[in-house]
Amino acid sequence: MSLDEAETDESEGDEQPLVPSQRVQNTPPSGIRRFFELAEEMDDVISLGVGEPDFTAPWNAREAAITSLERGQTSYTANRGMRELRERIAADAERWDLSYDPDEEVIVTAGASEAIDAAFRALVDPGDTVAVAQPCYVSYEPGVRFAGGEVLPVPTRAADEFKLTPEVLDDAGAEAADLLVYCFPNNPTGATMSVEELAPVAEFCKANDIGVLSDEIYADLTYEGDHASIAALPGMRERTVVFNGFSKAYAMTGLRLGYAMGPPGAIEAINRVHQYAMLSAPTTAQYAAIEALESCADEVAEMRRQYDRRRQFVLSRFAEMGVECFEATGAFYVFPEVPDPWEDASTFAEELLEAESVAMVPGDAFGAGGDGHLRASYATGLDDLKEAMHRLERFVEGAA
Amino acid sequence: MSDQSDDAAADGGQDETEARAELLDLLCENARYSTEDLARMTGLDTDAVESVIADLESAGVVQGYAAVVDWDRAEDVTDAEHVHALVELNVTLDRETGYEDIADRLAQFPEVQALRLVSGDYDFALEVEEASMSKVSRFISEKVAPVPEITQTVTHYVMDTYKEAGHRFEESGDDDRLSVTP
Repeated sequence: MSLDEAETDESEGDEQPLVPSQRVQNTPPSGIRRFFELAEEMDDVISLGVGEPDFTAPWNAREAAITSLERGQTSYTANRGMRELRERIAADAERWDLSYDPDEEVIVTAGASEAIDAAFRALVDPGDTVAVAQPCYVSYEPGVRFAGGEVLPVPTRAADEFKLTPEVLDDAGAEAADLLVYCFPNNPTGATMSVEELAPVAEFCKANDIGVLSDEIYADLTYEGDHASIAALPGMRERTVVFNGFSKAYAMTGLRLGYAMGPPGAIEAINRVHQYAMLSAPTTAQYAAIEALESCADEVAEMRRQYDRRRQFVLSRFAEMGVECFEATGAFYVFPEVPDPWEDASTFAEELLEAESVAMVPGDAFGAGGDGHLRASYATGLDDLKEAMHRLERFVEGAA
Repeated sequence: MSDQSDDAAADGGQDETEARAELLDLLCENARYSTEDLARMTGLDTDAVESVIADLESAGVVQGYAAVVDWDRAEDVTDAEHVHALVELNVTLDRETGYEDIADRLAQFPEVQALRLVSGDYDFALEVEEASMSKVSRFISEKVAPVPEITQTVTHYVMDTYKEAGHRFEESGDDDRLSVTP
């Protein structure tokens, strides 16, 4: 179109061609985003609001990435990811009693987030109901909505240690859901679920013919007991897609590499979305991931040990200052209650930020069941954690 | 959490071994962690932490506590001079003199910061710290080289230190992550 024509068109009406879709318009900005903007306005903030490791990816993994670039390995890979990586992913999953065929049942994606988004678009039809266990990672609800699905919030309760139970599912009316999505170890609560606790959830899903999207990105950050996957339970493999990735355990957030494992039909459907949207995950990151699985177990163990120390430190400090906090056993978050006399998490978080330059994220940013709580990440060096806890104690005691 | 730790301190056996290993690891990371912080991080109570550390000290496992100092940065805050040298030593042994005897003699010198028997092209690796290069040279030539069993010394002056005792020097320490993320 010529410039003249464009001017003519513009003069002919007020139509705006780039109108956000109703789905986007109906999806509010993330509560995290609003708090991020507040925190960014201030200097010298100690942030307990960061949902990513403060470690750097293990050197061997980085070295493998560098070497791949030096060798000029910069082309697309297979849509589903390099076969060697898929083989290693499948072999690694055996730690959790999961067995998948690397050719048909594993797909490598640009972060676990992309895998989850592709799964929503691949498995959710307009009008389908997706039960979302909350509080949860902020992208589930928008992801379901962008796919045209209906969100059914399933609030977990502090009284249940934020675990998913058949009662909780029942109370929310989840028997009518087509899919259930959840994350254990959980962001933001730090809750984990044992195989014994997952078993009744599995029975509920089988009885009601519900598919499960199980986000296990924090599986390696389980501090008490072993991580358990619902897909390892009888009758669950064929109705579950498991998501994981390299961001958390391997501190590779910026390399954007995740994966999904599930029955062939589901993975093929996810691959169909993925191949049109992303083609393939970043090649350099895939080489790093192969090396991470090959040789970085010691670094993962060391990071887990450091997180565990910090977890115990933070839980002790909350107990000492009389702030109720459920004993998180996974991920790198704790989820304390808003202390008296504050009535809501946003007010507390904003006043804490203003008075003491400590950032914690209000729990309601993570959906139903999160109100009255705050998410504190301990993916921060111990010196900063100590100082943040000191300031927090001063702030809470000042109001007492 | 604290219940577990009390058990760990009281039960002995494997739990006690784990507690010792955990505390050793933490002390190597930062010997200035307070007893209270060590207790918070390990889940032990403070009495148990003090008891385990006292045991480690009396058993000679923990020999001392030292700071890791970047002396290049210290130039801005103190006049103290520090020259560090690594010295390779070759020795010949006889029936009356073993490695232990030579080591015992060399380790007495206050200039010697570290002394190790090593495998490879030379026998002892010696670390010397002094206020100047000339003082290091004089120490090696006047005190070390004349030891009868020492047949050769090779002195390497440290030009710069990038990592010491597990601590990477010259890192900014800035946290460039976004302050709030999902």
